[in-house]
Amino acid sequence: MAKNKDSLGSTLFVVITLCLVCAIFVAGSAVGLKPLQQKNAALDMQRNVLDAAGLLTPETDVIAVFNERVETRLVDLQTLEFVDAAYVGARSAAEYDPIAVAKKAELGKKLSKDVDIASIGSLENVTKLYFIKDDQGAVETVVVYIRGYGLWGTMYGLVAVAPDMNTIKGFKFYEHSETPGLGGEIQNPSWVAKWQGKEIYDNGKVALKVTKNVTRPAHDIDALSGATLTSNGVDHTVNFWFGEHAYGPLFDKLREGELN
Amino acid sequence: MAMSKEVKEVLFGPIIANNPIALQILGICSALAVTSKMENTVVMCIALTLVTAFSNFFISLIRNHIPSNVRIIVQMTIIASLVIVVDQVLRAYAYNIAKELSVFVGLIITNCIVMGRAEAFAMKSPPGLSFLDGIGNGLGYSFVLLTVGFIRELFGSGSLFGYQILSLASEGGWYQPIGLLVLPPSAFFIIGGFIWVLRTFRKEQVEPKE
Repeated sequence: MAKNKDSLGSTLFVVITLCLVCAIFVAGSAVGLKPLQQKNAALDMQRNVLDAAGLLTPETDVIAVFNERVETRLVDLQTLEFVDAAYVGARSAAEYDPIAVAKKAELGKKLSKDVDIASIGSLENVTKLYFIKDDQGAVETVVVYIRGYGLWGTMYGLVAVAPDMNTIKGFKFYEHSETPGLGGEIQNPSWVAKWQGKEIYDNGKVALKVTKNVTRPAHDIDALSGATLTSNGVDHTVNFWFGEHAYGPLFDKLREGELN
Repeated sequence: MAMSKEVKEVLFGPIIANNPIALQILGICSALAVTSKMENTVVMCIALTLVTAFSNFFISLIRNHIPSNVRIIVQMTIIASLVIVVDQVLRAYAYNIAKELSVFVGLIITNCIVMGRAEAFAMKSPPGLSFLDGIGNGLGYSFVLLTVGFIRELFGSGSLFGYQILSLASEGGWYQPIGLLVLPPSAFFIIGGFIWVLRTFRKEQVEPKE
């Protein structure tokens, strides 16, 4: 190499060539691996749904059980009607992501401060429900999305409710950034177990409460020790989502026999 | 084939004698964040070792063509590309771990070990040797991280690789986990202790008094 490597020409040549090579390399790997990544993300969500409903064991064949027993449906929270995927511009109900669209003006609405007790900012117009069926094809569990602000960030969860739309069958926070060992215990199976069998409503009002003083065994859930703010966040989250501004009216309608 | 002394030194030197974390105090940031579970730690170590090795290799391969006034940017481009590819591969083949490691895989780009080795070694050594230097430094990093991860997961969560070893008091067992160990700052104490032990046995690593 007689040419000076620091000359303007060779500097430009090296930089441009390198950028091209790297860009092709990166783009190739991103495009090539995308189908596999999307499959993983979908499988992960299916696993979360089964886990929330208490159907997940280490041996569970997630895809088979999900395809056989779970029906994914979209429902408009204002009109309370079931809608198809085209209504929200998605290719299928499975692909529709209610959380991602909540911020879009045409698919979600901003929440005013006094309504938004869970600090989620905006609410989707159309939500996604998972109906889990038993051997006879009757709905045995309905899994719904919830989310709300904890101590450090938004906690994303799924709640499994019995067909009476009142009794909790299980729940799972699948994504959160709470302190490990303290607020992070919202994922601990022994705390999750405390939710099972609790009743959400009492006389049409949300009665479910995460509290330090358990006085009403049917509705109160013992708060996590050392994680007051996370527990408060969970309390606000369930209050918002099961209340009149989110799932309240929908649950009333489902309870009246729209399930099957 | 007997390994030459040089190769041996490049490959195994960084594990104890010239450890990137303990002696050079590089790459501490990720050592704090990813060591709460052994599984994550192992994946992070493999990712970092591969990135260091291949970035060293590629940089060394074109070291005679890299214009010296833009050399850092050229190095960064190569490192960043490798890290993005590693991130993509993890998301495709180890989704759960990728989710937990999240931003820290991306932060390998800023890991001082990768940049440091590229600038200090790969820019003036042949590709084969640079590759080994990357592996060696990756192993040195891994050695410290695995030690930290082992202590943190065993005593912080009572498990190793997710398998419960010590039965937790909260689940009816006898072991009360040390909450501090689950939090990132505990890695500071463990790495500090590690450096102390290392320098007690290897006095030459102690810095001279100013």
